[in-house]
Amino acid sequence: MRNQQAVQLISELSQAGRRGTEYPSGDIPERPLDELLPKRYRTDSPPLLPQLAEPDVVRHYVNLSTRNMSVDTHFYPLGSCTMKYNPKRHERLAKLPGIGDLHPYQDEADTQGMLGILFDLQQMLGEIAGLPAVSLQPAAGAQGELTALLTAAAYFEDRGENRTKVLFPSSAHGTNPASAALAGFETVQLKAPAQGLVDLEELKKHLDEQVAVFMITNPNTLGLFEDQIGDVASMLHDYGGLVYIDGANMNAILGITRPGDFGGDMMHYNVHKTFTGPHGAGGPGAGPIAVRDFLGDYLPGPIIEESTGDDGSKSFRLTNPTKSIGRVRSHFGNVGILLRGYFYLRTLGAAGLKEVSEKAVLNANYLKALLKDTFPVPYGTICKHEFVASAKQLQKERGITAMDIAKRLIDYGFHPPTVYFPLDVPEAMMMEPTETESKETLDAFAVALEKIAAEDVEMLHAAPHTTAICRPDEVRAAKSPVLRWPRNSG
Amino acid sequence: MSYFFDTASQREEMLARIGVDSVDDLFADVPERFRLEGLMNLPEPLTEIELQRAITEQAGRNVGPNDRVCLLGGGVYDHFIPAVVDEIAGRGEFYTAYTPYQPECSQGTLQAFFEYQSLACELTGMEVSNASLYEGGTSMSEAAFMAVRVSGRHGKIVVLGSVHPEYRAVLKTYLTRLESTLVEIPCPNGTVDPDEVAKAVDETTACVIFQHPNFFGCLEEAEAIVEKAHEVGAMAISVFDPLSVGLVKRPGEYGADIAVAEGQSLGVPMQYGGPYLGMFCCRSEYVRKMPGRLIGTTEDKNGKECFVLAMQTREQHIRRGKATSNICTNQGLLALRATIYLSLLGPEGLKEVGELCLRKAHYLADKLGEIDGLSLAFDRPFFKEFALKCDAGAEEVAARARAAGFDLGPRFQRVTADDDVNGLSGNSLLLAAVTEQRTREELDRLAAALR
Repeated sequence: MRNQQAVQLISELSQAGRRGTEYPSGDIPERPLDELLPKRYRTDSPPLLPQLAEPDVVRHYVNLSTRNMSVDTHFYPLGSCTMKYNPKRHERLAKLPGIGDLHPYQDEADTQGMLGILFDLQQMLGEIAGLPAVSLQPAAGAQGELTALLTAAAYFEDRGENRTKVLFPSSAHGTNPASAALAGFETVQLKAPAQGLVDLEELKKHLDEQVAVFMITNPNTLGLFEDQIGDVASMLHDYGGLVYIDGANMNAILGITRPGDFGGDMMHYNVHKTFTGPHGAGGPGAGPIAVRDFLGDYLPGPIIEESTGDDGSKSFRLTNPTKSIGRVRSHFGNVGILLRGYFYLRTLGAAGLKEVSEKAVLNANYLKALLKDTFPVPYGTICKHEFVASAKQLQKERGITAMDIAKRLIDYGFHPPTVYFPLDVPEAMMMEPTETESKETLDAFAVALEKIAAEDVEMLHAAPHTTAICRPDEVRAAKSPVLRWPRNSG
Repeated sequence: MSYFFDTASQREEMLARIGVDSVDDLFADVPERFRLEGLMNLPEPLTEIELQRAITEQAGRNVGPNDRVCLLGGGVYDHFIPAVVDEIAGRGEFYTAYTPYQPECSQGTLQAFFEYQSLACELTGMEVSNASLYEGGTSMSEAAFMAVRVSGRHGKIVVLGSVHPEYRAVLKTYLTRLESTLVEIPCPNGTVDPDEVAKAVDETTACVIFQHPNFFGCLEEAEAIVEKAHEVGAMAISVFDPLSVGLVKRPGEYGADIAVAEGQSLGVPMQYGGPYLGMFCCRSEYVRKMPGRLIGTTEDKNGKECFVLAMQTREQHIRRGKATSNICTNQGLLALRATIYLSLLGPEGLKEVGELCLRKAHYLADKLGEIDGLSLAFDRPFFKEFALKCDAGAEEVAARARAAGFDLGPRFQRVTADDDVNGLSGNSLLLAAVTEQRTREELDRLAAALR
């Protein structure tokens, strides 16, 4: 049974005079506040925070948590997001004393253990990418994109080349062009290809000495491996340009092939996707980048360097590459998330990582096979870790949209797949089961989808039926935004 | 491996259903010449027991707050985190969820973010908040970009030398290939003389960025700075300390147009530098030019009030190459931590924590100021952090503190590339930050050790 109080705002639960924490009284001599903080700096209207007892706060947020679907509670085949299981051991290890409580300005001599871990992570990420120079700084994938583009820009500038353009396919993640624009490049989108893979003829039309970088996701957002990537890379390199691999889909190719081996010059990782940093309802993630040797000097610092003493002992220190583009965030990076990635890599090792991709790809192809008659997949015969099915046929024949199916899936206890992306597929349903789902779950999901496809149309339009709310009016939320509670309710 | 499910017989069934003989056939589209031969060169896998042993061993090579008293500052502080914060944020329903694209499945997260936005507006005295950005430094850069697009001025971005050096470094990197020029105003006395601001700005200036309390811990003349910015039509961006506003004026009170902050103080562990919480608030007239995610209320089809991602069509989702920010994520879990933290503290708790920091910091400053060879670098009002001038050199003093069991700092030399910090010799300057966690006994012991 739902706890109706949970739907109240925390401010509405407030009762003047309640409090949820206590602090020890000052153990130092009292002095008038005016001596310490002159009146003109002091606030006339302190924040109106809600007043609650500790149990109020606990009950409110525990109840809110039950109004979420999560990987811990549900199958979450949200395409392109890699919602795999988040190992519990990581949470414990990341909080160990001496790990989770270090201050970023501690002396390097006092953080050798942490620097050692992060140095090993740099090495491992370089190996998995096939690109040896790594910066752990970027806070998210999109920041990794921007960082790599600024790195490329610094490289070209150093060579006296004025390259102004960044190319990307129509299926690119929206952040690719946004990052390129922020890095001061002109953005050029290639026309949508007929077969879902980059069209070399179309690419050729745009290539000249002005092209700095081609940004490509491989496997791409349709879940297909760009098998002509070698030619793509040679074409770029012939013109002196660089190839950027958006690493969002690395989960499909770990230990099978490496961006550095198939022609990429730079890439970012999404540690929270591929290496199980929990997504945290939208963050934090981490977006370290790996680049070829000749770009390493331009990376943002700090980078961790290892040195070996006369007695063979190893020590670590923070350095800045010689021609560094500078910082992209304060302090070191999203260490808490990087650590979870490190724990995962140490748990799986090389063989385990390869198995991750094999199982992710097996699961995706199996689910695709189960669904192919009802939800055809327009592009590709085999897919990598995800595929994009289309509900176009159902829409045409019965008036059921991808969104109807998504909403009805919630009633069956499944998180919906990504819908209406990529734009190249009509009524797109992008599904990514990941390697951490059982055959039983995939079977049950497929059965639910088959059932839904045959259900009453009006009932589907009205779905979901089991949730507390149903199909919020998003237009209204955009037109007359209400983004906070009224000030007097605190 | 305990994260995998399939048994050999299930795998055979699955392959048969797909219509292939082996898993390898599913990689036929990866050209042979790109296929790795053998395994990658990575360390051997460890079981949970072995991994725990290895990490505990590495942790032993670090010196944590259990081993040494932390008085380090510079934007990251050893504040107390109530148990409830860890307990709630540690619930899988929150931390293993994703971006709330389907509002029916994510009302818990959406409501928590809406509450975060409301609380952030309370802290700043501003009208709107986004649902968080990466951290303080990038929030500040995003604020500068927003000022450029709101004002349409691509000329100057003016920033005070008393703003966190790493935040300024981030802004500089972000501006590398854009039109605007960065103008820095030195602050030799610890704070800026508002007349210097007036001299630096003109009608091409998009914004003036100041930190209050600033990197040196000092309080700026915020009203006067804002006034000088507004006189030429530039926007005023305040980088504030969210834990100070139970006592110190809120950005809205001194007229700031955008308020950004590092929210680490609000229940986020130090974690060697991140992840942290980038706060970003502004006046409602700029809402459509804000970066990041926004959560709003609306009604569902049955007229029930609920929460959704509002204005999703802004930024890179639709505008792609025209987008002015590439941010697509937020720091949801840390915004949740801040929400729980603030709900526990309430108005009284926030004021109390602020007062404890203020009083203890001044107690220590007085004690250290009495010691030969040590003095306060700046004769300005401060909140919880202050800069020490060390005649023997900052490194020497920090080393002595360390030997006595205290971490003091950062040394200015560590965070700035310049020898000269606003006219003072960088290698003589050291920060000290005092949180509510420090006791009089600890502070007395530090003073005795440095005497």
